[in-house]
Amino acid sequence: MTGKTIKLSDEQIDELGRELDAIKQRLIDDLGQEDRDYIYRVVKAQRALEVTGRASLMLSALPPFWLAGVAALSLSKILDNMEIGHNVMHGQYDWMRDPAMNSKRFEWDTACPSDQWRHSHNYMHHTFTNILDKDRDIGYGILRMDESQKWNPYYLGNPVYAFLLMTFFQYGVALHDLESENLITGKRKMSENKELWAGIWRKVGKQTLKDYVLFPALTGPQFLTTLSANATANLVRNIWAYSIIFCGHFPSGVATFTEEETENESRGAWYVRQMMGSANITGSKLFHVMSGNLSHQIEHHLFPDIPARRYPQISGEVKALCEKYNLPYNTGRFSKQIGSTWAKIFRLAVPFGPRGGTDTPTADTVEPKQVAVAA
Amino acid sequence: MLLQAPERKAARRRLLPLGTVEALASKLGALEALATPHGVDRYLELVHPMLTVRELRAVVTDVQRGTADSITLTLRPTRQWKGFEAGQFVQLSVDIDGVRRTRCYSPACSQYRKDGHIELTIKAHPEGLVSQYLHAHAKPGLVLGLTQADGVFRLPARRPEKIVLISGGSGITPVMSMLRTLCDEGYRGDVVFLHYAFTEAHVAYLRELRDLAAAHDNVRLVLAYTEQEVGGDLHGLFHKKHLTAAAPWHAEAETFLCGPPGLMKAVSAHYVAHRLTDVLHTEDFAPAPVVPLDGAVTGAVSFARSDISAPNTGDTLLEQAEAAGLTPEHGCRMGICFSCTQIKTSGCTQNIRTGEINSDPDTELQLCINRPVGDVAINI
Repeated sequence: MTGKTIKLSDEQIDELGRELDAIKQRLIDDLGQEDRDYIYRVVKAQRALEVTGRASLMLSALPPFWLAGVAALSLSKILDNMEIGHNVMHGQYDWMRDPAMNSKRFEWDTACPSDQWRHSHNYMHHTFTNILDKDRDIGYGILRMDESQKWNPYYLGNPVYAFLLMTFFQYGVALHDLESENLITGKRKMSENKELWAGIWRKVGKQTLKDYVLFPALTGPQFLTTLSANATANLVRNIWAYSIIFCGHFPSGVATFTEEETENESRGAWYVRQMMGSANITGSKLFHVMSGNLSHQIEHHLFPDIPARRYPQISGEVKALCEKYNLPYNTGRFSKQIGSTWAKIFRLAVPFGPRGGTDTPTADTVEPKQVAVAA
Repeated sequence: MLLQAPERKAARRRLLPLGTVEALASKLGALEALATPHGVDRYLELVHPMLTVRELRAVVTDVQRGTADSITLTLRPTRQWKGFEAGQFVQLSVDIDGVRRTRCYSPACSQYRKDGHIELTIKAHPEGLVSQYLHAHAKPGLVLGLTQADGVFRLPARRPEKIVLISGGSGITPVMSMLRTLCDEGYRGDVVFLHYAFTEAHVAYLRELRDLAAAHDNVRLVLAYTEQEVGGDLHGLFHKKHLTAAAPWHAEAETFLCGPPGLMKAVSAHYVAHRLTDVLHTEDFAPAPVVPLDGAVTGAVSFARSDISAPNTGDTLLEQAEAAGLTPEHGCRMGICFSCTQIKTSGCTQNIRTGEINSDPDTELQLCINRPVGDVAINI
C-alpha cells in the first residue's frame, strides 16, 4: 500500500486544535432562532411527506398511487433518519432545551432503538473513530473493510455480506450494539445482551406493527400492495443510508489507526484523526440535506454536536486548514466515493486483491497510513 | 414541542374543529401506534400548536399592563389542565432566540375562575430574560409551554379561622390568588392582606384590592410603602410593629408569606423568635443569585437521587460524582457523545470547554464538561 506519512509536531497539532476549537466556539456563539427554524422546517417537510405517502397508499392498488406513496414515504424516512434523527440524537439541538428535539428522548423511524444507537455510534464510533479493534464501525463486525483486518476464508463472502447489509440495513443497525462478533470470540457474554434484545424487540415490534400490519390493514383489500409499498420505502431508505454512511469512512484514502498510535492522544491529535478518518461527498444543497449533511463527514466528525446545517458553512475553512497542515481533505462525487467503497469491499474479499481502477490514490485522495506524532 | 409565533394562528383557528380532533385523537389509542415513534402530538402541533393530545400548553388571550414594570397575562390552557389550588405555581416556557426558557409563576386568579383561564402577573426584572421578553413581546395568540400546578404553598383544605397574607413586590401573586379564592368561597374568618411595595404606583391589583376590602368586612388591606412617605398605612421595611398593627392576633392565625429575600428573612426571623414557625408558610420566588466567578472553589455538590453530598473540588461533575462513589452513565469524557447528560436541579455551573455559565434550574447538562460554581444539585 502506498501510504503517506503525515509528520506534524506536537506544537502544530496543538495549534491546529486551537484553530478548530475557535471555529467551534464561533459556531456555538452563533446558534439561535435560525437553527431552530431550520430543523422545524425539515421536520414539517418530513411529516408532510409521511402523511402524503400514507395517504397516497390508501389507493395503493393503483400503480401511480403506489409509486407516489413509495416515493413520499422513502423521502420521509430518509429525512427522519438522517437530517433529523441522526443529528438530533447527536445532541446537536440539545441547546434548544426542547424536549421534542432532545438527544436522550428522540426516537427515530427505524428498527434500531435510539439509546443503543447513541451508545454504539455517538460514544464508541465518534470517540474511537477508525481505531482498529476499538471502532466497530470498521466493517461492523461482519465485513473486511481494512487491510489490517486479518483475512480468513469467511471474508470471501465480503460482497455478499455487504449486499445483505445494504438490503436489511435498518436491522443491521438495530443489531449493531449487540456486538455479536464478540460473542463468538468470547469477549462478550450472552447475558450482557439480554436487556439490549428486549429493547430491540420492543422497537422492532412497534415499527413492524405500524408498517406491516396497521397501515396495510387500514387500506382493507389493498393490504398486500400497501405492505409492499411500505417495504419498498424501507428498502429505499436502507440502500440510501447504507450508501451515504459507507462513503463516510470507507472510500479509498481514508486512514485507520492503531490503539498504540492513539494512546494518550491530545485534543489536537483527536481532531487530526477525525479528519484523516473521514471522507466527504460533493453535491447539491438538496443532496446534502438528504444525506443528513453526512456528505460533510469530515466536519461532522470534528464537531458532531454542532447542527449539521452549519457544516457547509465551515467546510471551506476546514479544507484550508487541511491544506495549511498538509493533511488530506478527502472528497469527491458520490459515484466516485461509493465506487471506491464497493471496489474495496470486493478487493478485501480476497487476501491479496488486485489494486487499481477507482481505488488508485489520486491527488486529493492520498492514503495516509498513520499519523506520526512527534514524541 | 413546537411553540409557534403568534401571527399565523388566529386565522387558522377558525378553520379547525379543534375540540373534535382532540377528542377523536385521545379516544383512539391506535393513533399512537400509527404515529410511532414520534407520537400524535408531534403531528398535530404542526397543524396547530394548541392541538395536543398529551402535552399541556397555553395560549395568551389577553395582555394588560397594570403597573409600569409588570404585565398581566391571561392564558387559556389546553384541555389537559387540571386546575390549581390558590398559592401553587406553574412553569411557563417560551422560546427566546431558539432556546426554550422555563420559569415558575404563581397564578394570581381565584382557583374558582369560571372560564378556567389562568392569570399571571409578571414583573419585568432588569436582568430577567423571560420577564423582559414577555414584557416586550407577549400578545394574544402567543403559545407557551405550561406544566400542571405544583407546590405546597397553599391554603389548608380546612380553612383556618384567621389568615394573614404578607407579600412584597411581585410576590403578591400567590397571596392575591388566596384572597380572591377566599372571597369567592364566602370565607367568613378574618383576613389581613399586608403588602409591601416601593410606592403606591408599584402596587399591582390596587383597585381590586380596595374593592375586595370594601366589599368584605372580614378583609383588611394594609399597604406598606418603602419609598413613599405619604399615603399608605405603613412605611419603611418590615418591622414587627407592622405586624402588631396590622394583625395583633397573628399568633393564632396561619400566615402565608411571599416576597423578596429581605422581607422573607425579616418576617421569618420574627416568627422564629416567637416560636411561631408552625403557623408560617413561605414561598420563595426570587431567582437564585448567580455566583460570581472569582476563581475560588466553593460550595458543595449534592447528588439528589443518591442522597450524597460532597464539597466542591472544582473538578468536572462527572469526576466529582465518581469520586463520591457514584457510577453515572458516561461515554467519551470529552463532551461529544452526550451519554452523561443529566438534569441539574439548582445551582450554577460552568462549561469547561466554552466557559459558558448556566444558572437556570432544572436544565440538562453534560457532566463530563461542566464544573460546579458554588452549590450545585444534580439529579443522579
